[in-house]
Amino acid sequence: MASLELKGVRKSFGSTLILEDVSLTLDAREFVAFLGPSGSGKSTLLRIIAGLETADAGEVWLESFRIDPLPPGERGVAMVFQHYALYPHMSVRENMAFGLRNARVPKDEIERRIADAARVLEIEPLLDRKPGEMSGGQRQRVAIGRALVKEPKLFLLDEPLSNLDAALRLRTRVELAQLKQRVDAAVIMVTHDQAEAMTLADRIVVINDRTIQQVGPPMEIYNRPANVFVAQFVGSPAMTLVPAQLAENGDYATLKIGDGTVVETRVPRDRLPPSAHFRLGLRPEAVRVVGSGEATSKAKVELVERLGERTLVYARLGDGQPITAEDQRDSRLKIGDEIALRIDGAAAHVFDADGAGYHRTGA
Amino acid sequence: MTSARDWRGLLFVAPFLLLYSVILIFPLLRGVWLSFNQVDLFGDGHFVGLGNYARLLNDPIFGTSLINTFEVTLMIVPALTIIALGLAMALNRGSRNAAIFRGIFFSSAVLSVTIVTLIWRFVLAPDAGLLGELWKAFGWQPLPFLSDENLVLPALAITTIWWSVGFPMLLFLAGLQQIPGDMYEAAALDNASRWTTFSRITLPSLRRTVVLVVMLQTAAQLQLFGQSQLLTAGGPSGASRTAVLFLFETAFGRWELGYASAAAELLFLIILAVTITQYWATGRATAAQGGR
Repeated sequence: MASLELKGVRKSFGSTLILEDVSLTLDAREFVAFLGPSGSGKSTLLRIIAGLETADAGEVWLESFRIDPLPPGERGVAMVFQHYALYPHMSVRENMAFGLRNARVPKDEIERRIADAARVLEIEPLLDRKPGEMSGGQRQRVAIGRALVKEPKLFLLDEPLSNLDAALRLRTRVELAQLKQRVDAAVIMVTHDQAEAMTLADRIVVINDRTIQQVGPPMEIYNRPANVFVAQFVGSPAMTLVPAQLAENGDYATLKIGDGTVVETRVPRDRLPPSAHFRLGLRPEAVRVVGSGEATSKAKVELVERLGERTLVYARLGDGQPITAEDQRDSRLKIGDEIALRIDGAAAHVFDADGAGYHRTGA
Repeated sequence: MTSARDWRGLLFVAPFLLLYSVILIFPLLRGVWLSFNQVDLFGDGHFVGLGNYARLLNDPIFGTSLINTFEVTLMIVPALTIIALGLAMALNRGSRNAAIFRGIFFSSAVLSVTIVTLIWRFVLAPDAGLLGELWKAFGWQPLPFLSDENLVLPALAITTIWWSVGFPMLLFLAGLQQIPGDMYEAAALDNASRWTTFSRITLPSLRRTVVLVVMLQTAAQLQLFGQSQLLTAGGPSGASRTAVLFLFETAFGRWELGYASAAAELLFLIILAVTITQYWATGRATAAQGGR
């Protein structure tokens, strides 16, 4: 059974259109990440699902009930706010009990749920403290606990990790992944951090420019980006896009770029629209620094980033086109070096003039 | 070197300290001294010890004025606090109309007490006043607000509330704007009714502001003076004479400066005691809540 269904959701603030005709279906118990840059409308979409904003048009269904006419508290959803929004004058226990009391849940049932959630989240020693007496990480757990005790049909997480420091963020990410296994509900997480989306989500919904750009499992989003926006937004550093001309005929597209390099992709030629002008998409791992024997192109180093497990090389091809390449972890390259590059056509993507992406078959 | 620096520092604050001593400390102490003397307009008077205080405690006029003061304070402070909070909640929004109404409700606070009492005399006067006409329109006998012993204190209270509501309203508005919006969103998702949201989210968040408003207004209304002097001159037959009006009449009507000073010191002690009691009570309430 489908969990959440969005049908043609539309929203504008004044004359500014925020969301345009958004439709989406979540499977039961699915963990979905809304990924997009600031101002893409992803938070607005989450708030429409929660009932904190009303859509101008469209419908929201949750487990076969239409929920968009209902007030937030009656929708069967629970939300973890970006800044937690804990009630400062209530203890942790009261914070968690508040919603249940309003819903007239029996007292011993409230006690049981709080005890369960506190055990799972390891916040039992904090139950009688107030939010002001806790660290950011502890408040985050309480905020999750407050959502958990409601036993909702859908969890909404608004940038849940953005207020934590780097170490705590990683730990909480692991905990969220474990938590997901325990709850019998779908989860939507809004984030602008692709690493969070890639590691936690069953499917990623990439949102930009008022609408959904692509929906798919993390690796599909990474390997088969639907368009230029997704290709550049997902993956760090961003995919290099190089203007290219369709060269000779064949089963697969062969493209020639500005410095004369010919790249034989594995993108079926008959899928491409009838045009000669395309863009070649290259992730850093598709462009290797090699010895001059196996090279396809030459470039000049502009910047070297040593990340420990690999080295990123920002360089310019002969015609001045910037390109990002990868070298071994112990690379000795320095700025100004002339290097030889090998472009791996089998890992290359092709984008047409409208920005739509084409990829190798099978992968 | 340290002492040289100390002296230099003292030099910088000296003008202020001097002024402070001359216009605040000295009159304060002088007032205390006066209260132990029998002084009139002429001459230095003579020391009577606690004589003035003993006389005060047996003075029925002073006693009545104290009771009047407490009564009118009890009428004003709770009502004023509730009305100011209600106005602040109604006007706590970004719209243009709300801004205009905030200005209107605050505007009475900038008026002088003379203007305020003038306005309210027109409203309260039974023969041609606004309320009198209203009563007549309903076919009722107009109420003599300013000449009936039982109505004059409520009339003073209404006048004072109208005059003083602006500042507490601003304090509450400031308090309301400190409450993060996502708290109300969390409450909405927690299925909280309007009343639950008010009593469990808004009111606890404003606790400090409520305490501040109640304490400031209590201290202010225990010193109520201008309204009673200008509206009724304490009448009829002392029914609206407040403690400060009593000491004004004693000092500048009968020129019994020592006696008036003793009344002032006593009022000061009463206000101090009330304020400390309020402070202590709110501290205990916080402790009972689990503290913060």
